[in-house]
Amino acid sequence: MTLSNRSTAAGATGADTQTDVAMLRVQDVTLSFGGVTALLDVGFEVRRGEIFALIGPNGAGKTSMLNCISGLYRPQQGSIRFTDAQGASHELTRLKPSHIARLGIARTFQNIELFRHMSVLDNLMLGRHVHMRGNVFTCGLYWGRQQQEEIAHRERVEDIIDFLEIENIRHKPVGTLAYGLQKRVELGRALALDPALLLLDEPMAGMNVEEKEDMARFILDTNQERDVTIILIEHDMGVVMDISDRVTVLDFGRKISEGRPEQVRNDPLVIQAYLGEEQFQLRW
Amino acid sequence: MESGVFFTTYKADMGLRRKPVHKVRLLVFVAFLIIFPFLASRYWLNLANQIAIATISAIGLNILVGYTGQISLGQGAFMAVGAYSAGIFAARFGLPIYLNVPLACLITAAVGVFFGLPSLRLKGLYLAMATLAAQVIVEWIITHWTSLTGGTEALVMPAPTLFGQRLNTDFRFYWIAVSMALLTALFAANLFRSRVGRAFVAIRDQDIAAEVIGVDVFRYKLLAFAISSFIAGLAGALLANYRTIISWERFTIETSIFYLAVIIIGGLGTINGSFFGAAFMTLLPAFINNLGRALQTTAPAVAGLLPAVQQAIFGLAIILFLVLEPEGLAKLWRNVKDYFYVWPFSY
Repeated sequence: MTLSNRSTAAGATGADTQTDVAMLRVQDVTLSFGGVTALLDVGFEVRRGEIFALIGPNGAGKTSMLNCISGLYRPQQGSIRFTDAQGASHELTRLKPSHIARLGIARTFQNIELFRHMSVLDNLMLGRHVHMRGNVFTCGLYWGRQQQEEIAHRERVEDIIDFLEIENIRHKPVGTLAYGLQKRVELGRALALDPALLLLDEPMAGMNVEEKEDMARFILDTNQERDVTIILIEHDMGVVMDISDRVTVLDFGRKISEGRPEQVRNDPLVIQAYLGEEQFQLRW
Repeated sequence: MESGVFFTTYKADMGLRRKPVHKVRLLVFVAFLIIFPFLASRYWLNLANQIAIATISAIGLNILVGYTGQISLGQGAFMAVGAYSAGIFAARFGLPIYLNVPLACLITAAVGVFFGLPSLRLKGLYLAMATLAAQVIVEWIITHWTSLTGGTEALVMPAPTLFGQRLNTDFRFYWIAVSMALLTALFAANLFRSRVGRAFVAIRDQDIAAEVIGVDVFRYKLLAFAISSFIAGLAGALLANYRTIISWERFTIETSIFYLAVIIIGGLGTINGSFFGAAFMTLLPAFINNLGRALQTTAPAVAGLLPAVQQAIFGLAIILFLVLEPEGLAKLWRNVKDYFYVWPFSY
């Protein structure tokens, strides 16, 4: 339904009006640990419905930026404003991570942070945590409404299991799964939250070409079919250039470039940041 | 032989006992629990009551340590709060068992939450030290607040009555202890297949990810402390009503360590492991005692030595267990089940 809304809007009034709405507005964010400045006056906007890539050399501050958005780090300066589906605006720098999750922001981690001893199903069910009502008493009884709630959310989770094609491992403990599958389960757990905004921290790190292609397809499907706005950190430039709508480049905690993939790719500052002083044509 | 288990509804797939064989096994176990007291001697009934109460306490500790990953050395203190609260309500205010036990549980839960506050900042061994403080403080209060607790003297309470029956025999108390143990186990099993329990396990496995997925970690840690100490208080209050003589010496740091041993030997993060561990740790000393008595006539020299080496045998058994099956008795039980599941084609 939401998908058709988007396409009709785009068809009626031109491609840009729908995506012009800023969902996330990051302004002048500065984050330092003691004397080390991780982010300095970083600002960007993420529009509703786009895939927004955050790239840069190692240590540029990409993950720190995501941690600020999901509330794990608190920047010393600046603001991060998130506009939810109802149009209400929230200042994320003042909220707890669990509160930010309730607003509809989910994420995955660079090093997989799954609940290792739980089954795939239970990991995904935790993604439904914020949508469930059960408390100690109803859970301890597991009767009537609570049982219905568990079953209803199990159905939602099974949708995601179908989507990610992990039916055969749903009862397996996550810790025993292969690396690529764990990455997929982590994406599933984030999707189970029904996020409006999804933060992906190197979803393809350490994967082979085939796994990367699968993951790229899942990310595109998530964006288009499930109408999820995505912020993506990725080192594989081929993937970034192929699937992202816009790219922001960080280097040593500063933003050095922003724009469409082909603009960023030819930006001398970006080439310099990646390759050093001497300039030559970069093959992405 | 089965080739797999398949369900057509999510309800069946999410059941507690999913296969007929599970249900049969449960029925046999409950039937045994019902028949047992009519056949057993006082001695065995006493042991059964001890095991039931220890199981309750172990489930409580397992919720905190095994499932939520918050190490606690304060189990003895929490049981003491439960026991003394129940005893004081009964002895000083004359409250019956169906009031003094629930009240004691609530008080213990509040005390547990208070001593769980450091878990906001502390993890692992550091948290263990903080809960050790709970143990020391509670013990000190009990032995020094003489006007309320009787101090180092034992607190004596009247034998409880329920439905006009005095629960002053092992046989009569058995029904209370065992049904409370079953209820506690059922509550815990339900908890850990639904929302709240999953959040607990998530905190144990990966607390940052839990926070980011929307679990309010601090709140749930305190909730784990509350539930765990509520159940510890239940065990303590039942013990008080069972013995009717409450002495602080039953709830020292040794008790805390005893229950940690129970859940480690039984299996961390398992409900049936709590029962296995409690049974093992209660029956082993009894077994060694009986062995000593049996040897008194045939081999008095060995029997004379036995009390001296009793603690050593106990320790040795625990060490052997940890080396041979680190995941505890619950894992052994699972191995046995797996063996028979594929028997006789075990390849």
